[in-house]
Amino acid sequence: MKRQLGQLAGSGLALLVSTSVMANPERWQLNMTPGVTATSQDVYHLHMLILWVCVVIGILVFGAMFYAMFKFRKSKGAVPAKFTHSTTAEVIWTAIPILILLVMAYPATQTLLKVADTGNAELTVKVTGYQWKWRYEYLGQDVNFMSSLARNADEARQVGSGIDPNSVENYLLDVDHPLVIPTGIKIRFVITADDVIHSWWVPSLGWKQDAIPGFINEAWTQVDQPGTYRGQCAELCGKDHGFMPIVVVAKPRAEFDAWMAEQKAAKANPEAVAQSAPVVPVTKS
Amino acid sequence: MAHHGDHADTHADHDDHDHKPSGFFDRWFCGTNHKDIGTLYLLFSLLMFFIGGSMALVIRAELFQPGLQLVEPDFFNSMTTMHALVMIFGAVMPAFVGLANWMIPMMIGAPDMALPRMNNWSFWIMPFAFTLLLSTLFMDGGGPAGGWTLYPPLSIQGGNNVAFVIFAVHMMGISSIMGAINIIATILNMRAPGLDLLKMPVFVWTWLITAFLLIAVMPVLAGSVTMLLTDKYFGTTFFNAAGGGDPVMFQHIFWFFGHPEVYIMILPAFGVASEIIPTFARKPLFGYQAMVYATASIAFLSFIVWAHHMFTVGMPLGGQIFFMYATMLIAIPTGVKVFNWVATMWRGSMTFETPMLFAIAFVVLFTIGGFSGLMLAIVPADFQYHDTYFVVAHFHYVLVTGAIFSIMAAVYYWLPKWTGRMYNETLGKTHFWMSTITVNILFFPQHFLGLAGMPRRIPDYNVAFADFNMISSIGGFAFGLSQLLFAWLIIDTCFLKRGAKATSGVWEGAKGLEWTLPSPAPYHSFSTPPKIDDSVLAHGDVSH
Repeated sequence: MKRQLGQLAGSGLALLVSTSVMANPERWQLNMTPGVTATSQDVYHLHMLILWVCVVIGILVFGAMFYAMFKFRKSKGAVPAKFTHSTTAEVIWTAIPILILLVMAYPATQTLLKVADTGNAELTVKVTGYQWKWRYEYLGQDVNFMSSLARNADEARQVGSGIDPNSVENYLLDVDHPLVIPTGIKIRFVITADDVIHSWWVPSLGWKQDAIPGFINEAWTQVDQPGTYRGQCAELCGKDHGFMPIVVVAKPRAEFDAWMAEQKAAKANPEAVAQSAPVVPVTKS
Repeated sequence: MAHHGDHADTHADHDDHDHKPSGFFDRWFCGTNHKDIGTLYLLFSLLMFFIGGSMALVIRAELFQPGLQLVEPDFFNSMTTMHALVMIFGAVMPAFVGLANWMIPMMIGAPDMALPRMNNWSFWIMPFAFTLLLSTLFMDGGGPAGGWTLYPPLSIQGGNNVAFVIFAVHMMGISSIMGAINIIATILNMRAPGLDLLKMPVFVWTWLITAFLLIAVMPVLAGSVTMLLTDKYFGTTFFNAAGGGDPVMFQHIFWFFGHPEVYIMILPAFGVASEIIPTFARKPLFGYQAMVYATASIAFLSFIVWAHHMFTVGMPLGGQIFFMYATMLIAIPTGVKVFNWVATMWRGSMTFETPMLFAIAFVVLFTIGGFSGLMLAIVPADFQYHDTYFVVAHFHYVLVTGAIFSIMAAVYYWLPKWTGRMYNETLGKTHFWMSTITVNILFFPQHFLGLAGMPRRIPDYNVAFADFNMISSIGGFAFGLSQLLFAWLIIDTCFLKRGAKATSGVWEGAKGLEWTLPSPAPYHSFSTPPKIDDSVLAHGDVSH
C-alpha cells in the first residue's frame, strides 16, 4: 500500500509536470497524454491552460468561501451585515470572467483551425466501423483489411473465463491486424461506419472522430515518432463496444514501404494462383 | 391519534374546516391537495433514487476489477441506460416537482396549486410510465441498451423494449408538461396581492423559468422519439442515411431537448441554494435581481449550445466555433450566481445545520462540475474528453453533488415545516459527511480515468485503469449505503415523529411566507391571502 501511494504521488507529479511521451495508458495515470503529434501537444497545452485557469479561480472562490465560513460564524459572535448588493462588485465579477474567456477562446480557436485543416495529405486511409471491428483501407493502394480484438484478450474477457486480465498483455488494447502508417508525412483519414455509429479514437493522436453510417468524416495526423499507439471505440455501439480496440503502428517511411509491398504481394499471389487454376464449372445434380 | 392534542394550537388540527379526504384511497389516490401530491412526488422520487442507485451499484460492481465477473455486456449496457433514465426522469425531475408542489403555494401566499385535478393526473402518470419502462428489463431481449440518449441506429436495434421505452418517455413528457403548466398558472395567477414578480423568492423564480423550459423542450423530445418509433416499426427513414435520412439529425433534435433538460435539473437547485444560504448566513441574499436575471440568461443560452454534446460528429468548423463560444458564455451568469452566494455568506453570521452543509457542498462541488464543463466546451480539448470517464465525472458532479445535494438540502430545510417535527440533527450531519466524502471518492477518480483514456459505457477495461476503478467502486458502494441513513432519517421524522416539535419559523434566520405558517403547515396553505410585508421576504431589499 505504501509503495503504491509512493508510486501514485510520484507518477502523479511526473504526469502533471512532464511532457514526455506516454503512448499508452499507465497505472495511476492522472492526466491526459501529450501525445505524439503536433496537434495532440497543442491540445494538451490547451487542456493544461484551462485546467490551471480553473484551479486558480477555484482557489480564489473557495478560499473566499472557506475564509467566510471560519471568520463569520455565529459561534464566534459574528454580527450579520445588512448589505444586499454592490453594483461595483457585480460589474467586476461579470467583466473579469469575460476577459478570462477571451484569453481561453483565442488559443482554442487557433488549435481548432489547425485540427480542421485536412488538406495536402500524402496518404489517405479509409476507416470503417463495424459491430465490433474496424476496416482499414489505403485509398489508391488496393490494400485493405479488418482489425479485431486480439484472440487471447477475447478469450480472457468472457464471463467466467477464469483467465486473469493481468496475465494478458495489452488487455483489450491489442488487435490482430494493426493499422500501419508511415512517420513524417501528413495522413488523412476518411471515417465512416457500416451499421451503427462508432468513434475512432487514439489518445496519442489527440482527437476522436465519429464514424457515422452513410456519412464520411475527415481527420488527419502526422506522427513523427515511430511506435505503437493504442485506443478504443469511443461511441456506444452495442454489446461489444468495449471490445473493439484500435492499434496504430507508426513505422519509418522505408519500413512502411516494405510493409506495404508485402501486403500487395500477399494480395497479388492468391489472385495469380486463382487465375492459373482451371475453371471448374459448377454442375447441378 | 395520541399526538392529536399535542399541537391543538395549529391550524392543522381544525380538520372540520379543511375538508381533508377521510379515506386512505380518497386522500392518496384521488386527492388534489398540493401537499399530498408533493409528498407523493417526493416519495416516488426517493423510491426511484434507490432503484436507479441499485443499477449504478451493478455497474460499479462489474467495474470493480478488470475482466467480466458478474454480468454480460448487453445487460451492463441496459444498466447504464436504465440508470440514467430512472435517475433523470424518475428521481431528479419528480423531486423538484414535489418541492414545487409543496413550496410554491406556501411561498406565494396561495391556498393550493392553480390546477389541482391536473396536478393529481400529472403525478399518477409517472408510476405507470416507470412500470412500463422497468418492465422491459424482464422481457425477452432485455431492456434498452443503447444509452439513455437513444442514438439511432443503435437504439432501434433493440427488440420490443424500444416501443415500451418510447411510450414511457411520452408519458413522462406529458406528466412534465402538465406539471409545468400548473406551476406557471399558479405562479402567474395565485400570488398574494402585493407579491410582485420581483418580490418572489428565488426558488419560485427558478421554477417559473424551469417550467417554461419544460414546455419548450419536452415536445421536442416527444417528436424525436416518435420519429425513432416510426423508423423502427413503420418503415420511415428519418435517421437512416440509406433512405435519405441522417442519424446525426437525431442527435441535434435530441440535444435541443437535452441541453435545456440539463438546466431543468439544475435551475431549481440554484433556487434551493438561494433560499438556504441567506437563512443560515442570517443575511439577505446578495444581488437578488442579478440572481433572477442570471437564471433567465442561463435558460436563454441553454437553447443555443446543444451541439457541444456532439463536437465529434463532424460539424462544419463555423458550427464548432459558434457552439464553443456560446457554451463558454454560460460561465458568466453561472459565475455571477456562485459569486453572489459567496457574497451572501460574506460578513454573515453563519451556523452549519444540515441544510446549510448540503447547500455549501452544493456550491463547491457544483462549481467543480462547472469547471469541467468549461473545459469540455473547448472544442479541441473536447476531442480528447468526449465520451470518456471525464464526461461521466463532469455530469455526476453537476447532477449528484449539484441537483441531488440541493434536493437533500431542501428536504432537511423544509422537513420540519412539512412534518412539524425536527429531524435528528446528528443523524443528518452524519449523513452529510458520509455522503460528501464518499461521493468524492466515487466521482473524483473518474476524471483521472477519462484523461488517461478510458471510454465511458464499457463493461471491462485495460488493467491500467484498474486502480481508480476500484477506488471509485468502493466510493460508490459507500455512497449508496450512506443513503440508507437518509431513508431512515425520513422514516424517523415523518412516521416515528421522534424529533422535537418545530416552531413556525423553524430556523432562526428564516424569512419568507412559508415560515409565517404553523409547522406542520395547514392543509390549505393560505385560506386568506397574507399581507405582504417586504421585511419578511427572504431577500430583504427587493429593489436590487
